[in-house]
Amino acid sequence: MDPATLPRIDPDTLRADFPALSTHVYDTTVAYLDNAATAQKPRAVIDRISRYYESENANVHRGVHAMSQVATNAYEGARAGIGAFLGVDDVGEIVFTRGTTEAINLVASSWGRLHLHPGANVVVTEMEHHSNIVPWQLICQETGASLRVVRVTDEGEIDYEDYERALAEGAALVSIVHVSNTLGTINPVERMIDDAHGLGVPVLVDGAQAVPHGPVDVKALGCDFYCFSSHKLFGPTGFGVLYGRRELLESMPPWQGGGDMIEEVDFDGTTYNHLPHKFEAGTPHIAGAIGLAAAIAYVRGVGFDTIQQVEADLLAYTVERLGDIGGIRFVGTARRKTSVVSFLVGETHPYDVGSILDRLGVAVRTGHHCTQPLMKRLGIPGTVRASMSFYNTRGDIDRLAEGVERAAAMLS
Amino acid sequence: MEQEAQALVDEFAMFDDWMDKYQYLIDMGAGLPRIDDAYKTDEYRISGCQAQVWLRAEDNDGRIRFTADSDAQITRGLIAMLIRVLNNQPARDVAQADVSFLDGIGMKDHLSPTRKNGLDSMIKQIRLYAAALAAKHNTTSQHRATT
Repeated sequence: MDPATLPRIDPDTLRADFPALSTHVYDTTVAYLDNAATAQKPRAVIDRISRYYESENANVHRGVHAMSQVATNAYEGARAGIGAFLGVDDVGEIVFTRGTTEAINLVASSWGRLHLHPGANVVVTEMEHHSNIVPWQLICQETGASLRVVRVTDEGEIDYEDYERALAEGAALVSIVHVSNTLGTINPVERMIDDAHGLGVPVLVDGAQAVPHGPVDVKALGCDFYCFSSHKLFGPTGFGVLYGRRELLESMPPWQGGGDMIEEVDFDGTTYNHLPHKFEAGTPHIAGAIGLAAAIAYVRGVGFDTIQQVEADLLAYTVERLGDIGGIRFVGTARRKTSVVSFLVGETHPYDVGSILDRLGVAVRTGHHCTQPLMKRLGIPGTVRASMSFYNTRGDIDRLAEGVERAAAMLS
Repeated sequence: MEQEAQALVDEFAMFDDWMDKYQYLIDMGAGLPRIDDAYKTDEYRISGCQAQVWLRAEDNDGRIRFTADSDAQITRGLIAMLIRVLNNQPARDVAQADVSFLDGIGMKDHLSPTRKNGLDSMIKQIRLYAAALAAKHNTTSQHRATT
């Protein structure tokens, strides 16, 4: 859409939808710039979860009574809504998990145990979150397979030639991050998937940092697995989604056993439920699913055109304001980025800068951001990371910049 | 030990603004008895801190002498504050030292969870060093008494 045709955005109206943005810390209103860690929840999500617990709470799939039917309808309706958000019609391909981490562990354990063996390579990159490294290390130890780590450039982009080499060396699976949580780099996953598929290699995409910032159509991408967490998409914590191509999910053994995932249990042999329930043992996080569906409805209401317009402005303004501060060094300067700015100030430690910002009511994250191999690759102990969402304002960025200036003076 | 702790509480009470308290901590870190660079190894590193912290204890005739450092200035200030109170005290006393002066300063309530964990790790390590040293001296004196 042409930006000129967009309605004028009133940031205050959007902010008013998020009660937690009015929270006072140290006698001031918080400037919440830690959205890559977790996003705040709109009133619509909070109310929907409350309504579920107040009037609809019952276990799903197994009740004979009316409330169970209401809860099941809401829960499975949520699955359809979440599927549609990803461009998926077949709800059997939408598996509910506790989050991105559990989704990757599920694929590593179930798919990995079936397909990995000594000599097989799992391809990841240097910019992966620990949750897309450690599950593969565990299954590689078990199966004798190896990790092939693709290099990242100094700017924080995937070294594409090294990726091509990794594919040429032979890969069993590619597991890559869509958007880097530390750097904000948007990876060229379309091209990476096409190139992997050209050699018959399946691809998992970790979309935790991508879905809050732009539309994702997994069918158009063509990936084999895609996962994300509800809480970064303005939904409740402890809930997430794994999309998997039906053919792959059908072929994979169950991961966890328990109620709901079975068709018939017998001591002579148990048969499993159909998709997606085969992978959902036990009573699920019903309020999580319903809350995420409400969050998605909210995001659709705001619209990704608006979200991207606001966030592009915030990103440019942050780089401009911080760029004026002496000694600032941006970490991650990829050409395509979401609204994440990682930086260092002179010789100061990120932890010190973050602590001083905290005292001024500015919430950022400091440290390695669960990407220690990336920090080692870039030769730094960590960064200060400001991550913006569409409900942030230039005023928040002004407070960040003033705080960083003050911290730099105190720590000089 | 108690006098030094009370002095710290009084000094911090002079500042109303937390920014000034942080600045004072940062300045205090500059006066920390620094650990020799040769000991900045994993053996002397305290785990559980977001910043790196190294701490070494030496036996000074039953009194425990600390040297330390951190790559973060506020963290260096925190450890300097602990060492100022506990340095060169009898190991036995340090092992059981009352660190409630940290509450008096407002340090524990006002630190972020990661910073608080780090501070707890430092206190734990200081007490471990002191307990080991106290035990060593105890054994030696018992040995002397029985022979």
